[in-house]
Amino acid sequence: MNIIVCIKQIMDPEIPTGKFKIDPEANRVIPSEGIPPVINPFDAQAIEVALRLKEANGANVTAITVGGQDVEDVVRYAISMGVDEGILVSDEAFKALNSFVTAFILSRAISRIGQYDLILCGRQAADRDAGHVGLMLGEMLNLPIITMAKAVTLSSDKFRVEHVITEGYQVYEVGMPALITISDEIGPPRRPSGWGVIAAAMGKEIPTWSAQDIGVNLSDVDIKSVRSETIRLFIPDSRRKGEVIQGNNVAEASANLMARLRADGII
Amino acid sequence: MAGYRGVLAFIETAEGKVTSTGREMLGVGRLLADALGETLDALLVGSDIEGVGRDVFSFGADRVFLVSDSLLAKYHPDLYTIAVSDACKQILPSIFLLPQDDVGRDIAPRVAAKLEIGLATDCIDLAIDPDTRLLLQTRRVYGGNATEVLVSRNAFPQLVTVKPRAMAQAKTDSNKQGEIITISVKLDASMARSKLLETVKEEIKGIKLEDAKVVVAGGRGIGGPEGFTLIHELAEVLGGAVGASRAPCDEGWVPTSYKIGQTGKVVTPDLYIAIGISGALQHTVGSLGSRCIVAINNDPEAKIFGVSDFKLVADYRDALPALINKYKEIISS
Repeated sequence: MNIIVCIKQIMDPEIPTGKFKIDPEANRVIPSEGIPPVINPFDAQAIEVALRLKEANGANVTAITVGGQDVEDVVRYAISMGVDEGILVSDEAFKALNSFVTAFILSRAISRIGQYDLILCGRQAADRDAGHVGLMLGEMLNLPIITMAKAVTLSSDKFRVEHVITEGYQVYEVGMPALITISDEIGPPRRPSGWGVIAAAMGKEIPTWSAQDIGVNLSDVDIKSVRSETIRLFIPDSRRKGEVIQGNNVAEASANLMARLRADGII
Repeated sequence: MAGYRGVLAFIETAEGKVTSTGREMLGVGRLLADALGETLDALLVGSDIEGVGRDVFSFGADRVFLVSDSLLAKYHPDLYTIAVSDACKQILPSIFLLPQDDVGRDIAPRVAAKLEIGLATDCIDLAIDPDTRLLLQTRRVYGGNATEVLVSRNAFPQLVTVKPRAMAQAKTDSNKQGEIITISVKLDASMARSKLLETVKEEIKGIKLEDAKVVVAGGRGIGGPEGFTLIHELAEVLGGAVGASRAPCDEGWVPTSYKIGQTGKVVTPDLYIAIGISGALQHTVGSLGSRCIVAINNDPEAKIFGVSDFKLVADYRDALPALINKYKEIISS
């Protein structure tokens, strides 16, 4: 079985609020010094699913990302977790990527890879939280798609997928090839192993594919990129008064809190 | 853009009634349609849904488009994607609204890909730019650290999904009438390329989280499943519901259906009590709309205190029994 996992490098979503800065003129985020970018946590969970499927059924797992040369680290991270191959799709023309362009580029790169049985993506990227790319990619490749999986298993060449819904989950069965997006309920992903880190550092060079390599016409990319445009980016004010409830001890402070909520008509 | 007119809202129904999310869609849809001076239309997809039309009109729709097919009786991602995309191609609205719920989240990006248009998901505000007459699409990004406003200038319809509980519900007018138009979409069973085997409901006991006036939520600081017993107790005496941040759900201390935040539910109760929750924005964006937020945490530096109205620095094991006792004392006096 061949599994492809689509991954993205993002600004660390756990960044302290005080360190989060934007450039309001350019409508973009200013990368925070001293806080290195990370793999999108949902994509790390997608890799986890791929590796569990590999352990249970045998598989070749390929991680693929799109971006500038600086995102090679995220592919190395995937290798250190245990994926077999990494591919970096990188071109000067891929600088300002949005979901549509990213999905389009991935669809072309995956067509070049050719044979695959399963494509996995994180349910969304923890920077823009849109949840577009996986679904758009599946649609472009004309694949059956199951989103928000909290468990994926394989039996008799069919995937059994637990798809998270508001009230619980639904179980779907889908054949190969398919695209599945992974939700956080899958649980914490494995950490890179010592050998994995060495393999990632010492291993073979990661192939880099350009726009031309995957047959992407740069004018196609331009057309797709203007479908949606950010005209304003700002930091919202969500502060509240934050009144400290006092008391000689916890029991007293707690009682004071409840009395205050009552006095303010909240309960 | 020429040829595209009006606001179309995808409306879901349950037991023959428009859902509360549907009423929110019609509420914001009416405002947008009035700002444009155009019609507000509803798109209903399902089987045997003809009877719901009147209910939709009473929430402000001018016309109702029905896609009715026995294959659409239950949600299936492939069939609903095709039904909604094809209906949209026939109706050609200027703006198309879907809810960011189980269905909207699942199909909107596929519809965008099929129609080769833009998409803004999970919008918290929508407005018409008076100069350009374009839809201003406001959404949170970077886990709530920033807010962005998007426009789609060259790709119509302007497709967005709307965050549940972010918009006011439509006012009712039981006298309002309208036109019901049936849309025909070619569907056959082979278009469904996955098979739904079963639906498992993880019911939350008591009041539904989204409807509760009081929500008591626990985070990683609760330390394990046992700690939630105390949380349940407080919620019960307050007549509220129990929620959680992501960590207790990922760790399996509580069911996923408890999760509040960016990848979970949005709650807007009168009182939100966050206990042992550090306050990562990914969680707090799910409770920002609460009237009053109380944070209880033994770490005085916890981020949650920055977005709370009342702070109590305490171990929850000591604080919660005291809160419960005081409340019992108040209501019995």
